[in-house]
Amino acid sequence: MEFPEELKYTEEHEWVMVEEELAVVGITDFAQDSLGDVVFVELPEVGTFLEAGKAFGVVESVKAVSDIYAPISGTVEEINDDLVEAPEIINTSPYEDGWMIKIRMADAGDADNLMDAEAYQALIAEES
Amino acid sequence: MKKTPLNPLHRELNARMVDFGGWDMPVQYSGVIEEHLAVRQAAGLFDVSHMGEIEVTGPGALAFIQHLTINDAAKLADNQIQYSAFCYPEGGVVDDVTLYRFNETRFLFCVNASNTDKDFAWMQQVLSESAMADVTLNNRSAEFAQIALQGPKAEEILSRLTDVLLADIVYYHFHEGVVAGVKMIISRTGYTGEDGFELYLPASAAVEVWRQLMATGAPHGLLPIGLGARDTLRLEKGYALYGHELSRDISPLEAGLAWITKLDKHDFVGKAALVKQKADGVQRRRIGLVMQERGVPREGYPIFDGDREVGVVTSGTMSPTLKVGIALALVEPAAAGIDNELQVAIRNRRMGAKVVRPPFVP
Repeated sequence: MEFPEELKYTEEHEWVMVEEELAVVGITDFAQDSLGDVVFVELPEVGTFLEAGKAFGVVESVKAVSDIYAPISGTVEEINDDLVEAPEIINTSPYEDGWMIKIRMADAGDADNLMDAEAYQALIAEES
Repeated sequence: MKKTPLNPLHRELNARMVDFGGWDMPVQYSGVIEEHLAVRQAAGLFDVSHMGEIEVTGPGALAFIQHLTINDAAKLADNQIQYSAFCYPEGGVVDDVTLYRFNETRFLFCVNASNTDKDFAWMQQVLSESAMADVTLNNRSAEFAQIALQGPKAEEILSRLTDVLLADIVYYHFHEGVVAGVKMIISRTGYTGEDGFELYLPASAAVEVWRQLMATGAPHGLLPIGLGARDTLRLEKGYALYGHELSRDISPLEAGLAWITKLDKHDFVGKAALVKQKADGVQRRRIGLVMQERGVPREGYPIFDGDREVGVVTSGTMSPTLKVGIALALVEPAAAGIDNELQVAIRNRRMGAKVVRPPFVP
C-alpha cells in the first residue's frame, strides 16, 4: 500500500497535491483497494464551485457506489477525461494517471489543514 | 458466522471475505472483473458449499414433489435435473431450486444458501398438511460440500481427474462417479451460462479435491471465483436471484418463469393463485434493460416511461463483458415491450435504457 510523502490526505481517503493555486485531487491506494474494480466515475463539470466536505462526485465499483468528497473549497478547473473511457486507471494508478479533478482553491491556506502521509497511514492502521 | 469446509483455503488465498446470509464467504480473490472474464474465456472454480441439499425419499416421494413444486417432476428420467420452485398459497416464491432424480423413490433438491432452513421447514409443513404418506425428508446440507467448475475449459480440466466420460453427461443431467479419487455427484449444471459442472462431494474431501482441481486447471487459466463475479456472471445471462427477481412478493409468472410453471399439471401449492393471476393478467413483468447512456443501474432504482414511474430495478451492474450498464427489472406490462425506451433514475438524473430480452451475453 502506497502513501506518497509529498501528498496531503483526508479522512475520506482522498489525496491532494498542491500546484500553486491548483489542487489536484484523487482517491488513495487504500480507497481503490477497498473499492475493488472501478467501473464508473461521475465528476462535476468544469466551473462548478465545490464546498469543502461536500460530495462532488461518485466512484462506482462492480458492487457499490461511493461518494467522493471535496477536500477543500474552490472551482473545478479541469477534470480527467481519461476516466470516462477507462475508469480502471484509478485502480492501476490512483496517485498519477488516476487523478480526478483540479480545483482552483478559494483559499490557498486550506490545504495546510489536511493530513500528511504519516497521519493518514496511522488513520488506516486504526481503521483496519 | 457459518463456514464451509473450504474456508481455510479462501483465507490462504487472501480472499476478501463477506457475510453472505450468515456464511463467511469470499467475494473476490484477484478482482471481480478478472475472475468474471476468466470464467467466460477459460475456467473458474467456485466454493458453493453453502448451498443446501435436501433429500426426498420413499414410494410417495414423486407425488409429494408434484404437490410441493410448480414444475412437472414426472417429466424427469433417472439422472435428470429440473429447475423448479416452491410457491406460497398466494403465489409468491418460497425459493427457486434444482431437483435431481436418482430414481423413482429418491430425489434431491439443491436450494439457496440463505433459504435452506426456511425451505426445509416449509417442506415439512407442506408434507404434514398434505397428510401424504411414505415420504421421508432429510436435510443433508452439512454432509455435502459443493464445488462448481465453470467455463469453456471446464470439461478439459475435469477430464484429467476422472475416468468418467464427461461428454456423455449432457446438460441438466448428472452422474455419480469418482473424481480425484472421491465418489461424488457430477452435475452438468451451473449459474454462469458457460459449460461446466457442479460437484456434490463429502464435506471431508472438499479441501483435497479443490487443491487437485486448482493444480490441474491452473495451466489452463483456472482461477478461484468469488461471489462478486458469481453475481455478474448470472446477471449477464439473465438468471434470477432469490431476494431480487424472486421473493415472497413476486410470483414466477411476474418473474419470467412461466416456462417452469406447469398450470396444467395436477394440484400444487400456489396453483390456484397462479391460475387466477394468469387469467387476470400479471400486473408486473420482468424485463432486461441495457443502458443507452453512461451509468450503472442498481437494485432499487426507479424506472420511468417519460413522466410515469413504471417499475424498479431488481438487479443491476456494469457488465464486465459488454462494458455497459445492464439490469433486470420489474415493470408494468405496458412498458415491457422489447426495444421500448425507458429511463432509469440514477441519483438525480434520468438516464436512457432500452428493453431487451435476456440474456445480455448470448
